[in-house]
Amino acid sequence: MADSLNDESGVEDKKKEEMKVGQGLESDEVRRRKVASADSADDEPAAAPVDPAVAQSIGQGTDQSPGILQRLLAPLPPRWQNWVVRGIMSIVMIVIFSVIVYLGPLAMVVLILIIQMMCFYEIINIGYVVYKSQDLPWFRTLSWFFLFTSNYFFFGESMIDQFRILLQRDQFLQPLLTYHRFISFCLYCGGIVGFVVSLVKKHYLQQFTLFGWTHMALLVLVTSSHFMIRNVFNGVIWLLLPSSMIICNDIMAYMFGFFFGKTPLIKLSPKKTWEGFIGGGLSTILFSVLLSHFLIQFDFFVCPLEYDEVSDAVSMNCVRHWIFERSTFHIPVVGKLLFLSSIPWYPFYWHSIIMATFASFVGPFGGFFASGFKRAFKIKDFGDLIPGHGGMTDRFDCQIIMGTFVYVYFQTFIM
Amino acid sequence: MSDKSASNLKANGRPPSSNAPGNPAATQSTPEESSNILQRLLAPLSPRWQNWVIRTIMSFVMISSFSLIIYLGPLAIVGLILLLQMLCFKEIIGIGHAIYRSHDLPWFRVLSWFFLFASNYFFFGESMIDQFRILLHRKQFLEPLLTYHRLISFSLYCGGIVGFVVSLVKKHYLKQFTLFGWTHVTLLFLITSSHLMIRNVFDGVIWVILPCAMIICNDMMAYVFGFFFGRTPLIKLSPKKTWEGFLGGGFSTIVFSLLLGHCLIQFDSMVCPIEYDELGNTLNTNCSRHPVFQPVQFRLPFAEFLMEDSSTLLGFEALLSSIPWYQFHWHTICMASFASIVAPFGGFFASGFKRAFKIKDFSNTIPGHGGVMDRFDCQIIMGIFVYVYFHTFIMVTSPHHLLRQVYSLRPSDQLKFYEALTEGLAKRGIVPAV
Repeated sequence: MADSLNDESGVEDKKKEEMKVGQGLESDEVRRRKVASADSADDEPAAAPVDPAVAQSIGQGTDQSPGILQRLLAPLPPRWQNWVVRGIMSIVMIVIFSVIVYLGPLAMVVLILIIQMMCFYEIINIGYVVYKSQDLPWFRTLSWFFLFTSNYFFFGESMIDQFRILLQRDQFLQPLLTYHRFISFCLYCGGIVGFVVSLVKKHYLQQFTLFGWTHMALLVLVTSSHFMIRNVFNGVIWLLLPSSMIICNDIMAYMFGFFFGKTPLIKLSPKKTWEGFIGGGLSTILFSVLLSHFLIQFDFFVCPLEYDEVSDAVSMNCVRHWIFERSTFHIPVVGKLLFLSSIPWYPFYWHSIIMATFASFVGPFGGFFASGFKRAFKIKDFGDLIPGHGGMTDRFDCQIIMGTFVYVYFQTFIM
Repeated sequence: MSDKSASNLKANGRPPSSNAPGNPAATQSTPEESSNILQRLLAPLSPRWQNWVIRTIMSFVMISSFSLIIYLGPLAIVGLILLLQMLCFKEIIGIGHAIYRSHDLPWFRVLSWFFLFASNYFFFGESMIDQFRILLHRKQFLEPLLTYHRLISFSLYCGGIVGFVVSLVKKHYLKQFTLFGWTHVTLLFLITSSHLMIRNVFDGVIWVILPCAMIICNDMMAYVFGFFFGRTPLIKLSPKKTWEGFLGGGFSTIVFSLLLGHCLIQFDSMVCPIEYDELGNTLNTNCSRHPVFQPVQFRLPFAEFLMEDSSTLLGFEALLSSIPWYQFHWHTICMASFASIVAPFGGFFASGFKRAFKIKDFSNTIPGHGGVMDRFDCQIIMGIFVYVYFHTFIMVTSPHHLLRQVYSLRPSDQLKFYEALTEGLAKRGIVPAV
C-alpha cells in the first residue's frame, strides 16, 4: 500500500522534468538549486509528506460499538453485531432529529451549526494527523478562528436578511448590524496576519498545505450549512424533506442492491450497483411525494419563519404560498383505465419530484467524492463519533450538495 | 519588491553554467531572455544594472498600458481585471501542476479551467444583473439566462464535481484530491477579489485606480526608504524588508494618495458610478456627485478640544478653510493606512508560499518582475478591503439600487410592493396617513 505513495518519484520523472524546461517552465530541480542557498540544510520534497498510518490515529467508527452493547451482542457473529449496532444508532439518530424538529426551526438551526462544527472537527483532525503537524500548535487555533469568523459572517448575513427589522429595534445591536461586513472582514484579516506571523522556518510547506486544507473545509461546510439554515427560514419542509430524501435514497439503494444488485456502478465504490441506484431513485421519488403529502397538512412545516410587525413576534402563521394549496391533478390517459380521473394534488409535488430526482441521481456523487477522499488518505471513516456508522461527515456527505441545490432551486423557482 | 531584486542579483551574479549541468538554461526573469536589441544595448553594463534597467522599463510599460486602459473607460478596466485574474490563475495552476507532477492526469487542467469558467460565469452574471438589471431585461434572448442564472451556474459547478469524481484514477487519488483543493483555494482568493474589484469599478473608477496606485506607491517608497535608511529587519519571512522602509513607505503613501486623490476628484469620469440611464438608453457616467466628492470646508476633527483660545481657533480655521478639501480625503487616509500596514501581509503570504514550494517567482510572464501574481499579490487583499469599506462607510445601499430590483419584478408584484411600502411608511409616520 505504501508503494502507491512512492511510485511517483523515480527516474522517469526526472526525464519528464527536463522535458518540461523546454516548455518554458522551470523544472523543480533548477528551482530548488536556485533558492538552495537560502535553506540548503533541509531537503523537503516538493509536496507535503503524507502520513500513511492515518487510520490508526483517527478513530474508525464503523466497527465500534459501546461497551454495554458489546456485552449484550457477544453471542452473535461480528457481522450481525455490526448490523444491530448500525440499526440501533439509526433509530437513535432519527428519534433525536424528530425531537429537534418538534422543538422548532430555531432548534434546527442550532442543530445544523453543531453538526457543521463536528464535521469541521473531524476534517481538521484528519488534516492534523495526515500532515504530521503535532509540532505546529497554532494550526488548530487558527483553523477554529477561521471557522468562527466565517460562521459569524454568514450567520449575521442570514439573520440580518431575515430579521432585519426585529434586530434594528435593539439599541446595542445597532453597530453590530451596520458594521457587520466590516467586522467580519477585519476578523478574517486578523486570521491572515496571524497565519503569516505564525509561519515557522522549516514548516512553510506544511503550514500552507494546512491553510489550504482549512479553507477547503470551510468553503464546503460553511456555505452549505448556511444555505441549509436559510432553507429552514423559508419553511421547515425545505430542509426536512430533502434530508429525508437523501436518507431514503441511501436505505432504498441498499435494499435494491441487496436483493437485485448485479452490475457495478462505479469503480470508486465497488458495492454500489446500477440496480440499487435506479431502484433507490424510483422509490425515493415515490416516498418523497407521500412524505410531502403528510407534511403539507401542517402549517408548522410549510410556513416561513418571519417577524410579524403587527403582533411584534416571530411567527409561523402565514398565508400559504400557492404551491402548498390544494388543487387537482387530472391523469391524462391511464386514469380512465384505473377509474381515477383525478387525484388531489398540490403543485408542490412537482418540486418534490424534481428534488427527489436530484437527490437520487446527483446527490450520491457527494458520497462518491467522500469515498474517493477517504481512499486517497487511506482511511475507512472520517471519525468515530457515531458507532456503527463512522463519523459525522460520513452521514452528512450527500446532504451538503443537497442543501445547496435546494437553496438554489428555491431561489430560482419558488421565490 | 525589494527582496525580489536582491535575490535576482544572486541569480544574475552567477554565470549561467552554474545551473544544473545537462539542463538547458531554464527560462527565468533574467536579462538574457529579453529581446536581443536590449541585450546588445545593455551589454556594457554590469548584470545588476541590467536587471535594474529591465525592471524600470517594464514598470513604465505596465503603467502606460494601465493608463491607456483607464482612458478607454470602465468596461475596459473590467476586461483588464478579468484578463489579469486568468493570468494569475494560469500561473498558480501551473505551479500546482509542476509540484504535484500531474502530467499523467490530463483532466486536471481541463477541470481547473472549467471550474474557473463556472465561477467567473456565476460572479460576473451576479454583478451584471445587480448593476444593469433593467438594461439586460430589455433583451429578449437574455431573459432565461437572467432568471435561471443561479441554477445554470450551480448546474455547471455540479457538472464539474461529477466530472471530477468520474475522472478519479485508481493510484492517483491523493494527487487528484490535492489538486482539487489547490484549484478551489486559488479560485476562492482570485475570484472573490477580482469580482469585488469589478464591483468597485462600477461604483466609480476612482475606487479601483486609487487603491492600486496606493499599493504600487507603497511598494516603491518602502524600497526607497529601506535603501537609504533601512536598518532594523521587519519580518523573518522577507529579510530585505525593514521597519524604516515600512514606516517611511506608509507615511509617503498617505501623502501621495492625498495628492493623487485630489487630482482625480476633479474629473467626473473618475468619480461617478456607471449607471444605466433609462431615459437616454445609454450607459453614462454623468451624475450628481456623492457628498463625499463635494468640496467642503476643512474642519479639523476635535478642533474645539485642541485649542482653548477661541480667537486662535477662528484664525486657524480661517487659514485651514482656504485648503480645498473633500470628505473623500479622510477615506483616502484610512485606505492608505490599510494599504501600507495590512496589505503588505498579502505580499508576505505570497513570499511564504513561494518559499514553501521553493520557487523564486510565480512565473516569468513579466521580464524583470516575475509573474503577474508577483505584481498583484497585495492588490488582492486591497480590493476586498475597498469593497467592504465602501459598502460599510460610503454607501450601504442606495435607493437607486433598490428601485432597480423592484422594477424587475412582475407588474402585479410591483403594485404589491408599492402598496406595502406606502402602508409601512404611513405607519412609521414618515408619510402622512391617507
